[in-house]
Amino acid sequence: MTIKIRLENLTKRFPGEREPAVDSLSMEIPEGEIVILVGPSGCGKTTTMKLINRLIEPTSGRIFLEDEDVTKVDPDGLRRRIGYVIQQIGLFPHMTIYENIATVPKLLGWNRAQISARVDELLTTIGMDPATYRSRYPKELSGGQRQRVGVARAMSADPDVMLMDEPFGAIDPITRDRLQNEFLRIQSEIKKTIVFVTHDIDEAIKMGDRIAILRDHSHIAQYDTPEAILVDPADDFVAEFIGRGAGLKRLNLSRVNDIEMSECATVQAGADRDEVRRALGETDRCVLVLDEQRRPRRWVNADHLELVGGRSLTEIGLPADAVVRPYSTLSDTLNEMLVADYATAIVVGDDGVYQGVIDIDTINEAVRGMRAAERSRLADRLGEGG
Amino acid sequence: MSEFISYLESHWDDLLELGIAHALVVAVSVAIATVIGVALGIATYRTERPRELVLAITGFFLTIPSLALFGLLISPLGLGWPPVAVALVMYALLPIVRNTVVGLREVDPAIVESAQGMGMGRARRLLRIELPLAWPVIMTGMRVSTVIVVGIAAIGAYVNGPGLGEDIFRGLRRIGNPETALNLVLGGLLGIVVLAILFDLVYVLLSRLTTSRGIR
Repeated sequence: MTIKIRLENLTKRFPGEREPAVDSLSMEIPEGEIVILVGPSGCGKTTTMKLINRLIEPTSGRIFLEDEDVTKVDPDGLRRRIGYVIQQIGLFPHMTIYENIATVPKLLGWNRAQISARVDELLTTIGMDPATYRSRYPKELSGGQRQRVGVARAMSADPDVMLMDEPFGAIDPITRDRLQNEFLRIQSEIKKTIVFVTHDIDEAIKMGDRIAILRDHSHIAQYDTPEAILVDPADDFVAEFIGRGAGLKRLNLSRVNDIEMSECATVQAGADRDEVRRALGETDRCVLVLDEQRRPRRWVNADHLELVGGRSLTEIGLPADAVVRPYSTLSDTLNEMLVADYATAIVVGDDGVYQGVIDIDTINEAVRGMRAAERSRLADRLGEGG
Repeated sequence: MSEFISYLESHWDDLLELGIAHALVVAVSVAIATVIGVALGIATYRTERPRELVLAITGFFLTIPSLALFGLLISPLGLGWPPVAVALVMYALLPIVRNTVVGLREVDPAIVESAQGMGMGRARRLLRIELPLAWPVIMTGMRVSTVIVVGIAAIGAYVNGPGLGEDIFRGLRRIGNPETALNLVLGGLLGIVVLAILFDLVYVLLSRLTTSRGIR
């Protein structure tokens, strides 16, 4: 693990204030990861982020970018190497989308052809057609599009490091979710080192490779992976900040293909009653009826067979509607189970073909396994340290 | 009425000449006032005390009666163009300084912060971001100044200044011959009204040409 940004005893005292806003913060940010600074309002998380590109100059302490001490270098030069996105986005309203995105490349003296190609590439990356949007002005875009352009502008000169201050804070929940997913997809390709500030622990858990939970004066309460923080909060402050439902939040971090599916008895839609009875065997549970393409249709048990004679298997029993995909989160899977008539989630591939089932016991088992794994990992780490 | 029209017909070339001189002294004065006013605005918009001071002084200029000011300027500057231009610049300052300060202070701080965060230095931020965004407000100040100064320039004829004031003062001196006096004064007045309208049209055109489509 290469360290990309290192903060060393960073302190910021604002004139006229008794307490420092950031008090002797030391922190290492690994290359290619999203590190989230999260904490209650006034904890100094935004100040901390602005110390990194020196929009706020530290009172004392040092900042290293890779191994270079950047505490005293020319701040404008430093900032051109670091992408910067803020909640209000701050697009330049009098400039076109093209000119907005071209800002830093122009400052760095790229030639026109390079800049033009780069702007088109970025617009394509964020899903906006270059021909349509290049010469539009910010006021002609929707909130979500402006946010996308803000991110594209920060990436324009391909900086290794990006600072993002509540970048998805001012957007409606549905668009926010979409932009977050889109950003995670882009990040999985570009692998930037990102420092991301938010006050929303759920966003932190979703976006972060690592989370630093900050309390007053930017003191680190805990700095670890989301999994470890959820399973093993360092103290009451962290536990309280995560809030109730840490277990449920944990389910957001795992996907169906991370855990072991179970099998259940299945029959073809055309099977006769005796076949179904054989498949049911001694259990009081249901068999899953599949159609010719092996797609799930109905859940059927012995009682259903008794009650209605003569009708086909696809017309009796309970609908098989709790369907999830291998990449669904366990949280979504659990939700499907809870709202379905028969509380077992069926896993299908993208073609709709049956792959296996997940029931409440499977999830329970998986969560217990994850916790044990986290614990032993923590124990290992403590062992190494001590 | 018909006599005034025949007066205009026989004197239009004089009126045109005076009108052009009038427009010129107004345009030059507002241009100089814009350079000085915008510079003063830039220098003081972030600091309260100097800002208040500059606004108080330029505000005080506007309260000096124009005849008195022209009179005062004769001894250091003589007659003709110089005292008129200097006085007009002084009268044109307040709206321009005030609007420059207001325009710059109204720029969304998030926009300035993101410019700074991308590595734009102080001067570049001012030139590329803050001034273009404040420009429509500054133009409004120039427009107000022009309206003020077009009228005051007429009084400049009192110190032999250029422009339509010359006809008005000649008229006033011929009170004994009411018909000629009336024609001269009305002619000057008409010229000033036409000039004011023309200046306004020029500003409409100028703001179209110099304001980005993104902030119109």
